[in-house]
Amino acid sequence: MTFWSDPINFIAEWLRGILTGWGMALDWANVLIASLGIISLILFSMMLAIFLVWVERKVVARFQDRVGPNRIGPYGLFQPFADIIKLIIKEDITPTGADKVVYNLAPVLALASVIFLWAILPLASNIYGVDLNVAILYLVATGALGTLAIIMGGWASNNKYALIGAFRMVATMISYEIPMVVALLIPTILSGTMSVRGIVEAQDPIWYFILSPLGALVFLISSIAELGRAPFDLNEAESEIVAGFHIEYTGMKFGLFYAGELLHAFTFGGLMAILFFGGYRFFGLEQYPLVGFLVFLAKAMFGYWVIMWVKYTMPRIRIDHMLAFNWKFLTPFAFFVLVVTAVLNKVLSGLDTWLFASLIFGANLIIAWITIEILRVYSRRERRLAEGNIPAPVPPAHH
Amino acid sequence: MQNEWLYIGLFLVIGIIVPIVPLILSRIVAPRKPNPIKQSTYECGIETVGENWVQFKAQYYIYALVFLVFDVETVFLFPWALAMNQLPLFVVVEGIVFILILMVGLVFVWRKGMLEWV
Repeated sequence: MTFWSDPINFIAEWLRGILTGWGMALDWANVLIASLGIISLILFSMMLAIFLVWVERKVVARFQDRVGPNRIGPYGLFQPFADIIKLIIKEDITPTGADKVVYNLAPVLALASVIFLWAILPLASNIYGVDLNVAILYLVATGALGTLAIIMGGWASNNKYALIGAFRMVATMISYEIPMVVALLIPTILSGTMSVRGIVEAQDPIWYFILSPLGALVFLISSIAELGRAPFDLNEAESEIVAGFHIEYTGMKFGLFYAGELLHAFTFGGLMAILFFGGYRFFGLEQYPLVGFLVFLAKAMFGYWVIMWVKYTMPRIRIDHMLAFNWKFLTPFAFFVLVVTAVLNKVLSGLDTWLFASLIFGANLIIAWITIEILRVYSRRERRLAEGNIPAPVPPAHH
Repeated sequence: MQNEWLYIGLFLVIGIIVPIVPLILSRIVAPRKPNPIKQSTYECGIETVGENWVQFKAQYYIYALVFLVFDVETVFLFPWALAMNQLPLFVVVEGIVFILILMVGLVFVWRKGMLEWV
């Protein structure tokens, strides 16, 4: 075992040797090493969040034909550090009548719920926190904690706008949780395991994006809604309810919400990469863990970029449209894709890998075509109904 | 197996502590000069009218009820999905029947007009 083939265990063994050499009991040495590993993983994710502030601002600037931060450091790279210093030295205002304990706990929980996700992310074939065998259920559970933080913040602020934002967020999150869980079921069916590392390993010749492009699409849409980013950002719709659930938060507490949101988006990009794009795998490069780590980061950054792309090109949609889209379209659609995938996976299981993949991909294309046809017929009917209600235009007068 | 859950427990504790650190730092460094106007509820300069914890639309509650119908799917469908490779086709079809029963609930709510935002 060398550093290049298994860096984490190499360092852990080396530390264990030193600590037990000092006379420390083996169990305590293991706990200490695990804590050090956890702290470095969390600090890495925090550094990443700081970097993401810069990425986000730079990318939104490019989408809006601007330059973005470019004064502090090369390409404005040190801008987020200046922002952090500013956030820390700002006064922290607690509104009168706020529920103090819940009000202070909400931003901590908002960031912590994202950090918890990093416990199971496989960053490379042997760089990961823990390989839980029920990791998918852990994902669903920690996802609900983020919702809880937003309800807490909105409720405890003692502000009407914050309360409206919190209720909208709850409606969004509980609605879009259903297609998301269904989309998580698809990799579980295809791989036969709930461990995320197992799912990555199971995508050996073919990524699940090829086997289930529609599942990946459902996962992308529902994760954008779970994140509360545009076009589903009704919880903080600036033009209607000022800033939504975090309207009363100032200084570092707002900073925690902000960092949590960006890191959450990146983490969902990473989950997208793990579940549908082969995680750290890339044509055999994964045998070098550090290269696999970079591959994973690149894929996660791509997922994050897609989420940003959607955010900065789509207008915000109305809440009744958003809920109708989920309940009347996305949920039945996701269940239909799930049923077809499950049956095909069972019926075709004996076939050659590539034949299996092409048949299941073809089935996905057929489902997509049928769905688009149904939507076309439906929208044509709706348009005809709408046009029937409008009075005929008055012909221009002739002289 | 046991070690994995100990690791998760350790992770949860440290994961809660890390976001608290910048808050403590800010507590030490930041100024604190509260006054009644600064601490009043922010509504873009207009003074707030009446109670702030207002009643909310009943529609949100109905969506939460509809969600409860589907929340069971997480519990029942994951074991089904996990064991699918070892199961005969008949059991796969049974899972689909379960999904259809869930769908009947959705169709019922839809026909009742509960999904319309009124």
